[in-house]
Amino acid sequence: MLNPGQGRGPDSGVAGGSSNSDPFPAGLRVLVVDDDPTCLMILERMLRTCLYRVTKCNRAEIALSLLRKNKNGFDIVISDVHMPDMDGFKLLEHVGLEMDLPVIMMSADDSKAVVLKGVTHGAVDYLIKPVRIEALKNIWQHVVRKKRNEWNVSEHSGSVEETGQREDGDNNSSSANNEGSWRGSRKRKEEEVDEQGGDDKEDTSSLKKPRVVWSVELHQQFVAAVNQLGVDKAVPKKILEMMNVPGLTRENVASHLQKYRIYLRRLGGVSQHQGNMNHSFMTGQDPSFGPLSTLNGFDLQALAAAGQLPAQSLAHLQAAGLARPPSLTKPGMSVDQRSIFSFENPKIRHGQMMNSGGGGNKQMNLLHGVPMEMEPRQFTGGGQMRVQQQQQQLSGGRAVGQNVQSSGMMMPVGGGPSMLQQQQQVMLSSSVPRRSETSSSSRVLPAAATTQSVVFNNFSSELPRNSFPLASAPGISVSYQEEVNSSDAKGGAGFGNPSYDIFNDYPQQHNNNNDWDLQNIGMVFNSHQDTTTASAAFSSSSSTQRQRAEHVQNHHQQQQLPSQSLNHMNGGGSVRVKSERVAETVTCPPATTLFQEQYNQEDLMSALLKQEGLPLVDNEFDFDGYSFDNIPV
Amino acid sequence: MQRQVALIKQSLFDQGYLDEQFIELEELQDDANPNFVEEVATLYFKDSARLISNIEQALERGSFDFNRLDNYMHQFKGSSTSIGASKVKTECTMFREYCRVGNAEGCLRTFKQLKKEHATLRKKLEQYFQASK
Repeated sequence: MLNPGQGRGPDSGVAGGSSNSDPFPAGLRVLVVDDDPTCLMILERMLRTCLYRVTKCNRAEIALSLLRKNKNGFDIVISDVHMPDMDGFKLLEHVGLEMDLPVIMMSADDSKAVVLKGVTHGAVDYLIKPVRIEALKNIWQHVVRKKRNEWNVSEHSGSVEETGQREDGDNNSSSANNEGSWRGSRKRKEEEVDEQGGDDKEDTSSLKKPRVVWSVELHQQFVAAVNQLGVDKAVPKKILEMMNVPGLTRENVASHLQKYRIYLRRLGGVSQHQGNMNHSFMTGQDPSFGPLSTLNGFDLQALAAAGQLPAQSLAHLQAAGLARPPSLTKPGMSVDQRSIFSFENPKIRHGQMMNSGGGGNKQMNLLHGVPMEMEPRQFTGGGQMRVQQQQQQLSGGRAVGQNVQSSGMMMPVGGGPSMLQQQQQVMLSSSVPRRSETSSSSRVLPAAATTQSVVFNNFSSELPRNSFPLASAPGISVSYQEEVNSSDAKGGAGFGNPSYDIFNDYPQQHNNNNDWDLQNIGMVFNSHQDTTTASAAFSSSSSTQRQRAEHVQNHHQQQQLPSQSLNHMNGGGSVRVKSERVAETVTCPPATTLFQEQYNQEDLMSALLKQEGLPLVDNEFDFDGYSFDNIPV
Repeated sequence: MQRQVALIKQSLFDQGYLDEQFIELEELQDDANPNFVEEVATLYFKDSARLISNIEQALERGSFDFNRLDNYMHQFKGSSTSIGASKVKTECTMFREYCRVGNAEGCLRTFKQLKKEHATLRKKLEQYFQASK
């Protein structure tokens, strides 16, 4: 059997001398959840043999309440996938969001789909039953990794503003606070796993440092702060200041922000993608997207850019059958239009977005869809707003979040809403049944959005992203969504509050919004939970974002060649899009994969519609459902 | 006695009633937990009896809710796998396959076989533990 514990699991080679008093990983506090009593007993025995402190539980609900009651009472959770009272993945999300603990999933089911689901939901590992003790011996690595990542996250997120703090942290010992020493010790621990006498102790204690439990209220405060700052611009230090919660550290915020971004990405995969695309696209060009015109959508964009070619757009739309009103040009484009456009006019949006406001803003707007942010930015350009609106609208159809966004966007400029509406209507009728639902009237979306927006707001600006689906390419969004469904990226990146059930709840949503995550399913999601995810998320998120940005950009560019782009979008546009660029949107998860799939649809519109199809309003995110109300704090 | 224990154990493995997972369990046994394996086996048989009865009821209903049956069987398979009950596990897999294709007749047949294997294993393990004391 193993002697993991003798002192130090990781460096068992070292004599358990007095100098190394840190017994880690012995004493690791594990919560194991499994409805099968036989398995539970065996696991408990194995874990105890590893010298861990084990708490077993046969019901997920009980496990959750245990975790909530003892906020810092556990280091890691191991859970079975199939449980009668709650799906293991749901538990995973909750834990990830609320307690930010690493969660290991296990099951007798070793099918790829389920394992992938574990990954996308943010599990740090997936064990196939029967579980052998060797597999359990090393679970402590997930705890360490997660902490390290959090440390890194806070480092990264600090950026300029936090240089000062960071330096402190970097100095390790110099910093008196936990953070500093934690970081310092973390680093040291990594580098010298083998031994460090006092350091180990420090490490261990840092491992055990109190966790912040992100209650509903706290998360909402966080979201509000992020929204205010702008998702792209939100840095932990500022968020922390805005939240003004005593006892909350920048580190806590940083790691939560990371997860949140991942989550948003997952939600708004599609929208973001689009949004991103738009951004990139727009950046490159001026609002006048002449070239795009080949595609109907594109044409619209061009029109939009031009300022209002409603008629043309309509024509284009109709021609294209995409029914996506480019409403870009019209500031007044109601949300509906936006949503419609979102699919088609990623470009336009971008252009507009860019114009309106800083690329960063734009991105944010797109991504987040949060009306708040978008509006101000977008409207700068009036026309730009439209784009966004459109996008939002489109997305609104799909995701709850979108709605929210759209409403925000719509604000607008007040341009020719009529036109948009027309377009929308045209679009609606022609194509997508789903869409019509959402955008039956230009105002429809907003309404929907409103409801949803409420929900979304919980998630802050990032959600709006969902609505962005338009941005990148209709196909893209579609693909995302669909992917989402398939990928079942429900798990949400671990932003597990009960509200996150949203992800779980609506498969359809996944389609739409999830393009964020879905696409990156592999990449993004995992971040929520743990190190791997975290780091992966981070890197992947940045890369994905980049990719998305690229996509968007590509898309835009592609759009310029409307025919081409469309094709691409449908078939492989996403691929292309991805390829390059780093668009500004940080949050855009590389939905590319999704897109590709979607693009295969012959009718982009329908694809779009499908995505948006979620008439959603109510559920895409089910925010209402889970909303933080359910989170017992 | 020792020899008898060894013989029983050997035959259990040779005949495929148990697999290496059982050995893993035995390795978890030590002075501090001298009856661990027996405790686990007892728990397993108690829990699986419950599952068997659930499945039986479901089958008797005649409605053949394959999803539900599959769920039960998934649990059954999980615990059987954990203790290394190899033959039982095989029957579980087969049963699930029949569920998947909606073959009621296959399910019934397999279930019968499964119960038989389960009962046999139970008896043999009882002998084994008895002999080990």
